[in-house]
Amino acid sequence: MNRALRLLRRRLVGSVFVLLIVVVGTFFLLEAAPGDAVDAYIGSIGGDAGLAELLRQRWGLDQSTGTRLAAYLWALLHLDLGHSVAFSRPIRDILLERLPNTLLLMGSATALSFFLGSALGIVAGARPGSFRDRFLSIGSLALYAVPGFWLALVLVIVFAVDLRWFPIAGIETIASGKTGLARAADIIHHLVLPVTALGFIYLALYLRMMRAGMAEVWRQDFVLALRARGIPRRRIVLAHVARNALLPLVTMLGLQSAQMLGGSVVIESVFSVPGLGRLAQEAVTARDTPLLLGIILISAVLVVVINLLVDLAYAFLDPRVGASEAGA
Amino acid sequence: MPQFILSRRTLMTASAALLASTALPSIARAQASGGRLVVAADSEPPNLNPAIVASNGVFFVASKVVEPLAEAAYDGKDGLAPRLAVSWEGAADGLSATFKLREGVKWHDGKPFTSADVAFSALQVWKPLQNLGRTIFKDLVAVDTPDELTAVFKFGKPTPFQLIRNALPVVTSVVPKHIYETGKIEDNPANIAPIGTGPFKFAEHKAGQYYRLTKNEDYWGENQPLLDEIIYQVLPDRAAAASALEAEEIHLAAFSAVPLADLDRISKVPGLQVVTKGYEGLTYQLVVEINHRRKELADLKVRQAIAHAIDKDFVVKTVFLGYAAAATGPVPKNDPQFYTPDVETYPFDVAKANALLDEAGYAKGADGKRFTLKLLPAPYFNETKQFGDYLRQALAAIGIDAQLVNNDSAAHQKAVYTEHAFDLAVGPPVFRGDPAISTTILVQSGIPDGVPFSNQGGYKNEELDAIIEKASETLDASARTELYKEFQKKVAADLPLINVAEWSFISVARDSVKNIANNPRWAVSNWADTAVEV
Repeated sequence: MNRALRLLRRRLVGSVFVLLIVVVGTFFLLEAAPGDAVDAYIGSIGGDAGLAELLRQRWGLDQSTGTRLAAYLWALLHLDLGHSVAFSRPIRDILLERLPNTLLLMGSATALSFFLGSALGIVAGARPGSFRDRFLSIGSLALYAVPGFWLALVLVIVFAVDLRWFPIAGIETIASGKTGLARAADIIHHLVLPVTALGFIYLALYLRMMRAGMAEVWRQDFVLALRARGIPRRRIVLAHVARNALLPLVTMLGLQSAQMLGGSVVIESVFSVPGLGRLAQEAVTARDTPLLLGIILISAVLVVVINLLVDLAYAFLDPRVGASEAGA
Repeated sequence: MPQFILSRRTLMTASAALLASTALPSIARAQASGGRLVVAADSEPPNLNPAIVASNGVFFVASKVVEPLAEAAYDGKDGLAPRLAVSWEGAADGLSATFKLREGVKWHDGKPFTSADVAFSALQVWKPLQNLGRTIFKDLVAVDTPDELTAVFKFGKPTPFQLIRNALPVVTSVVPKHIYETGKIEDNPANIAPIGTGPFKFAEHKAGQYYRLTKNEDYWGENQPLLDEIIYQVLPDRAAAASALEAEEIHLAAFSAVPLADLDRISKVPGLQVVTKGYEGLTYQLVVEINHRRKELADLKVRQAIAHAIDKDFVVKTVFLGYAAAATGPVPKNDPQFYTPDVETYPFDVAKANALLDEAGYAKGADGKRFTLKLLPAPYFNETKQFGDYLRQALAAIGIDAQLVNNDSAAHQKAVYTEHAFDLAVGPPVFRGDPAISTTILVQSGIPDGVPFSNQGGYKNEELDAIIEKASETLDASARTELYKEFQKKVAADLPLINVAEWSFISVARDSVKNIANNPRWAVSNWADTAVEV
């Protein structure tokens, strides 16, 4: 426990610097993009020159880049994320509204790809070179090669338009007035397709990694020893080969969480899920710098937290990791 | 179901305007009343107050809640139907305009609607804050309110009433004085949750998901509205609207939310209809914007050559799949007041275009190229981007090497309208029923940098400027119309920009939706008589 706390403290200090770099970097990146929030807005409504000036003044865009960055960081220090001009609302409210949807989508998709992927990986890796292995390996490769948006559109056409098993879009039935369990069931019903689309793309990764890891472990001496001792094959597969092959998958899980946020931009747009990914795209299009910074910040926190959890899980799965951290 | 619309249209044209307006509810009443209409929405405007932001994205939702003085109509006098005003008249000297207002109208919070609301909206909102009102009401100095139902607009300079009249549906959304008089107008919460007099009340907005409007039980229109509820489901993905229609999750997708390429397939789905009417009042124009600061493009022969190099019919057929018309000049063909076909035309003729360029002194080099241009297609529509691709090829055929620069909206806005970092651009300006609203600024000189959809190409033609100036003070409608015909001729002859095509939007609706497309601004009108058959 003590070891874990020390790891936590060290990570938190490092994370603050990571977040600061991310915020300042993003600010300048968006600053470098041509056009500002007023350009993005006025292109959609038209208006005279005075109007653009009026809006720039109201939105504080007539200030210099340095002033705006300083003002933003100062507000951030007071835990104020600012006001979104593209949505005319406080950014904190917008993020709090969208975050649960993204977490739900990402969490479910990650769980699906991790558990189903590693389970299938174990099936394939139990007997490398068997028919089952070949079938799963080729199948997963094909799945991995499919672009995410295409898979999403196919799922929509087959399961939402033709079969009508699932709704096409949204996170829940509009203005349904459902509460409690009925609402939860409604949300699950809406999430089946987006979670499948997002999860299936990454499933192949876990499957192939698990399978490759297991193939490696099979060749090691201790497996031979286990077999010589007459341990049942089932037990060897699950308790020894699979467990040893699991470590890289956990590392992958941490890395993947960051990537999945990117993948959710597409999936959230296709399925009209009001999440952070779609919001990020809208923030860039509208050149809403504070909103994008808020999203990046919350995503960065998310990634840092997940990686911390992964490290802790690592320490649990592999005693060697914890030992080296404790010694440092 | 198009026969239905046609037959009602015929009926309406046959009857007097008055009869038509009273006949409408009775026809509608014969159908099932009530129910919920679910439509696709692709954007969520940050400001939903149509008195401040007169744009189609805002009107699509807000026009059901906040009403203008008058709405566009196919059959009404001057192409208008009364809304909050019942009659209007301009003074002979052009210095005032009198509006008689509707009696017994209540705001959604129960307070009575009076001339004070109109005066407040005009002076405090339309004139200083509204994107279009800032231009149209620039000479408005006062609004007198002799009684509760009369508003007299006073202008500091003679202002053509024809222009005010033509602009009524777009620029005169009336907001309640008692809600807006305290605090800053721009920060008023009613800009996000509008309060109006319209047939529907604003109920809620779940960001990223939907808007919900509910029936206004106290609406002034007899037996209106017919619907209980309108839901705008936010569907940002281009393919989503078509799928949602097919899966019967929504009733209607307006503003071409279903891409043109899908229309053929979707029109064959039983229960769905493709409607091309109902957008005549919001015609978009496909134009090639020209930067006259470029030496080559300042030469009329080069501009003529480019005009001859564009096969307008091909563009209509392939880019717009037939859902557009080839343009002749700066006023679209479907405009009933101002359009004249009597202008210089530029038939597709590559040989002639090449000859003109040779004449201008830009001979082909060894590589077959005469010169290189930077071409920036506007990103707002699929069609503007596709036309950019076409134009590049069309220019290659006459030895002009066009290099495409694709930007997103903000970057395009800045590059073309502020920094003038373009040689040719493809733009979609809107014709709003009168050339003075948003058309003359496309060619007029002296417009400051940063004004979107305006002459940012450095073009200056004193004759044209004089016509525009004169038309802005000409009070007699027919004389003013003649001046704008002259304007069209001059523009077509001198080509400050090249008008290629004109298009309106397409709606796709379930057959159960009734009374759609019954006015020229239908998608942005109040939908009081829209019904869903159960």
